[in-house]
Amino acid sequence: MSDQSGWLYSEIVKEHFMNPRNILWDNEDFAADGVGITGNIKCGDEMQFLIQVDKQKGIITDCRWRTYGCASAIASTSVLSEMVKGMKLEDAYRLTPKDVVKNLGSLPEHKIHCSVLGDKALRAAIDDYYRRNGMFDKIKHEEARVICQCMNVTDHEIEEAVLEGARTYLELQERTKLGTVCGQCQEEATALLKKYIEKHFGDNRK
Amino acid sequence: MPDRFIYLDHNATTPLHPEVKITINEMLDIYGNPSSLHTVGRIARHKIEQAREIVANFIGAAPDEIIFVGSGSEANNTVLNSLSCPSQVCRLERNLRDEIITTAIEHPCVLETSKCLRERGTTVNYLPVDATGKVKLEVLKELLTEKTALVSVMYANNEIGTIQDIKTIIEMTHSQGAFFHTDAVQAVGKIPVDIKDLDVDFLTFSAHKIYGPKGVGALYVKRGTPFCPLIRGGHQERGRRAGTENTIGIVAFAKAIEMRKLEMSDEAERLRRFKKMLIDGIKYNIPDVQFNGHPTDALPGTLNVSFAGAEGESILLYLDLEGIGVSTGSACASGSLDPSHVILATGVGAELAHGSIRISMGRENTSNDIYYTVSALERVVKKVRDMSTTYQRKSV
Repeated sequence: MSDQSGWLYSEIVKEHFMNPRNILWDNEDFAADGVGITGNIKCGDEMQFLIQVDKQKGIITDCRWRTYGCASAIASTSVLSEMVKGMKLEDAYRLTPKDVVKNLGSLPEHKIHCSVLGDKALRAAIDDYYRRNGMFDKIKHEEARVICQCMNVTDHEIEEAVLEGARTYLELQERTKLGTVCGQCQEEATALLKKYIEKHFGDNRK
Repeated sequence: MPDRFIYLDHNATTPLHPEVKITINEMLDIYGNPSSLHTVGRIARHKIEQAREIVANFIGAAPDEIIFVGSGSEANNTVLNSLSCPSQVCRLERNLRDEIITTAIEHPCVLETSKCLRERGTTVNYLPVDATGKVKLEVLKELLTEKTALVSVMYANNEIGTIQDIKTIIEMTHSQGAFFHTDAVQAVGKIPVDIKDLDVDFLTFSAHKIYGPKGVGALYVKRGTPFCPLIRGGHQERGRRAGTENTIGIVAFAKAIEMRKLEMSDEAERLRRFKKMLIDGIKYNIPDVQFNGHPTDALPGTLNVSFAGAEGESILLYLDLEGIGVSTGSACASGSLDPSHVILATGVGAELAHGSIRISMGRENTSNDIYYTVSALERVVKKVRDMSTTYQRKSV
């Protein structure tokens, strides 16, 4: 986790943190074709992503972002903003935090949570672009599905809990309280737990 | 960029005092087991007992009231764990007393231990604090009953520096017949603490917060108070803390305390001046800030400030790149998702808690450090705010 210089993460993270790319600085005018925002200030991070789109080709030509967020949110979104330029909207939509972290070198596990903000905000920006242009069929609603009926816990919340460090069913219960009443959802929740651990941490495991 | 790192995180830990380094060097050949009866052992024993006298004397205690332990956390764990010991000899319970009262702003070593006690059946009540971080005495009055076994309130808070009205709290506690413990890790060696004046039953303090080495702390236990060892299996520390003594650490601790006797009061005055410079500098140069903690009843060198719209970990790491070391109450820096429980307890909202920075100064800081820190803060906070979603003058 720590290198010779004593910097918290990696040299690439440090470099992007020091000189974040494509930031929408407060004094800049940027005519965005799509704007997405995600996160919540109460949880300590919020991200806004803005894209310009070549409408003929369906390609992201330029982007900006800004955040109330920590070093890993800043570094990972900076990397993401470089990746998406010139990318087709559909391809950009499919980017995962894992793709971003790969380009960053590495991030400690407990910081992965902070790195998902960028691609979430990007997807929201693409959806916004589709909405503005009447392309409603392209919007992929990521609607949450309730897994635990008793405690009203959704698959999104299970994913969040995994990102926050839950690795076992017990830890999942501790964080979300799912399965603490009738327990019927245990099987499905366990499967989702496995799926999200694989999704976010599968390749990074040493 | 300054030619040296400006360390402003003395509440986390401190560098060794140069005199303490000399002592440690001198002690490296004192290898005897203090329990051995031969000459080599007796030399080590003598050193430890000399150290105990110095440490005890500093807080107005008797030497046999001082137990050397491995850390402040160990001392706090020891006191709280006494409560659940089934033995009549060690437990703090008097008759049917099985309740404990502590505060919402304690160090995690108290909060986590009391959480564990709760699971073992002890009733634990947490005192709320007001906006300045002072314990609400009217709530303490309500909660104190003939069932209260122990009240544990920290002397001075590590994050916001607020100093409690300990004397009043002790009087209230004793008038209900309960025992009183204070975690004074941030107080002893920074501000005067005198046990003869306080009539405390247990008091925790530590070496590494006052320019001594890590890995050694002390627990004061008033004579005649029930006591339950956390670590058993040896007669060391009069049977109260088993394990071969950390001779080098203990002697170095005493040296650090001797230096405190000489330096503490001048240093406190200097740090108070620096703190005022910091407050004025920040107020004058940076808009939308809020200072957390008590304006006067606070540690001389501790300043906690929140910057609206600027996330704390980012500020901390940009300051680090400028050669300045501080700490933050932001969740991101701690590995959890919640911001500082202390700042939240004072009623500060989540955003300002995530944007809080703790500057804790110490003996080697100079006024130049303070000027440089104010200018670096101004640059860094502006940069973080310029890229912030929540601190904007312009919307998209």
